[in-house]
Amino acid sequence: MTRYRLLQIVLVVLVLAYPLVVAGSPVWARLGALVLLAAIGASAWNIVGGYAGQVSVGHSVFFGIGAYSAVVTYTYLGLPPIAGAPIGMALSVLVAAVIGVPTLKLSGHYFSMATIAVAELVRVLSSTSEFLGGAQGLGGPPVPRGVLDLSFISATPYYYIFLAVLAGLLWLTHMIERGRMGFYLRAIKDSERAARSLGVSAGRYKLYAYMLSAAFTALAGSLYLTMFGFVDPESGFGILISVKMVVMAALGGAGQLFGPLVGALILVPLEELSNSYLGGQGAGLTFVVYGAIIVIIARFLPSGLLSLFQRRRQVTSRASKTVDGHAD
Amino acid sequence: MSMTLVQVVVSGLLLGAVYALFSSGLTLIWGMMNVVNFAHGDFVMLGMYTAVMIWTALGGGPWASVPAAAMLIATLGIASYFLLVRHIMRGPMLAQILGTFGLALFLRYGALWTFGANFKTLPDDLVGHSFILAGIRFEGARVLAGVVGLAVTLALHLLLTRTAIGSRMLAVSEDATAAQLMGIRPQRMQALAWGMAGAATGIAGALIATFFYTSPTVGETLAIVAFVTVSFGGFGSVLGALVAGLIIGVVESLSAYLIGPVYKDVIVYILFVLVLWFRPQGLMGKA
Repeated sequence: MTRYRLLQIVLVVLVLAYPLVVAGSPVWARLGALVLLAAIGASAWNIVGGYAGQVSVGHSVFFGIGAYSAVVTYTYLGLPPIAGAPIGMALSVLVAAVIGVPTLKLSGHYFSMATIAVAELVRVLSSTSEFLGGAQGLGGPPVPRGVLDLSFISATPYYYIFLAVLAGLLWLTHMIERGRMGFYLRAIKDSERAARSLGVSAGRYKLYAYMLSAAFTALAGSLYLTMFGFVDPESGFGILISVKMVVMAALGGAGQLFGPLVGALILVPLEELSNSYLGGQGAGLTFVVYGAIIVIIARFLPSGLLSLFQRRRQVTSRASKTVDGHAD
Repeated sequence: MSMTLVQVVVSGLLLGAVYALFSSGLTLIWGMMNVVNFAHGDFVMLGMYTAVMIWTALGGGPWASVPAAAMLIATLGIASYFLLVRHIMRGPMLAQILGTFGLALFLRYGALWTFGANFKTLPDDLVGHSFILAGIRFEGARVLAGVVGLAVTLALHLLLTRTAIGSRMLAVSEDATAAQLMGIRPQRMQALAWGMAGAATGIAGALIATFFYTSPTVGETLAIVAFVTVSFGGFGSVLGALVAGLIIGVVESLSAYLIGPVYKDVIVYILFVLVLWFRPQGLMGKA
């Protein structure tokens, strides 16, 4: 137990000190920030996709709403982009209710397909909207006007902002996981019919999870905008944004607190390093490897990487139970 | 009804028949084993590249490329089944998305690496020039694609519903264990389904290549159309995919003509969401 505690402390110190450790290299600092940003998006998805088992493949709707809210706040009101984050979150919750009420009644693949269609609808509409800058998209402040614009050259400030948000989100998820709602969501995931028959209002809890997940996905979108300073229909509402959230969470372990973070830790470096080291002709090859790794993990660890450790823990706990049994 | 409107509806039907064909493979897999193949669009893409390669290397038209693509993508389908799908189909739905999406990336960027990012097009007159019949203008390539698409989709539907092999496949999809007790080998039937789906998808790809640009990422766009068509028609129903494909084709070209090309997708997606709302199992799906 003490060894476990020690490991935890070392990990926390390592995470906190990471930008200082790699201070010499902007590439690595940026990579750290990108991993955390992706982990925020995937962890937000995890609430509804992992815990409640409602596999949305259209979360880019909320990501895009967050990103566009931030940039619109800057473009039309002249405020710092991050001021748009609460607006984006509120709007996302509203949109989630509108999308969720009809689509959450659908089961399994049909829900996934419906969310894809809604996201595509929003993407096409956004590219025809002049208010949102059409297919060209909109840009944030070209030159930072103050600290509140959150526009930094170094990636280190982003790293700590994203880390704080991710920590908050994971804490909240942990609280849900342990609370009544967590039990309800797991029950719904295992068997919605059984959960209903035991008096869980499944529809309502699925919707709560969906709205909460939407709010944090929007926050990830707003944060994305502060770092990249630009959004267009493809980078905001594109299907790849949605799929990446699903894939990261599934790779690490969906429905587990740290699953999405583990997924992001693997996929983001793979993608970024391949982009920076193998531009041009070689680009295809690295994504071939990326795809192959995903296939292999899906084939041999269908419940995600974290299931490796979980299996071991289950074995040990079963072993300790038998010991207890013998003691009785 | 004006002549232009007839023209628009006819070209919508021809396009819809192709949608139906490349969606029928997806619906077959989905209905047979409850697996959504996220690499489906990339199967179509490889069928398209087969046609491009056969033309550049041998100068062959659709008569050569359609059978070649059918065989090639059928082999790919069967290989995917044995190497990947067989192992993930009983796992959580997320593992299926993860696995087939990984396969999609693998194929998409494999194509990018092999063929480069440039768009490739086949010559316009490869299938024959456009002609005018009863006042309606027909393009050779689209007519061929539409007619073959309709024929192959119907043949697939009849094969599934009217033959012994179709009944066996249906039995496996209903209850694999019971089917096994009746002397049917589920794995063989499922592999066959992947082969048939692959063949249909390859044919569709080779036909689409005659009038559409070919690029490594074209599959992403096509996959979304296929997902919509399949959910619209009802999962597992080839006939549903046919009807849905035709409806989507006509609605697309009508709304492009009446409202504007940008809005054709908007109308289709709205229609799709409405159908799911009022009839979640799709037009012809089982509840």
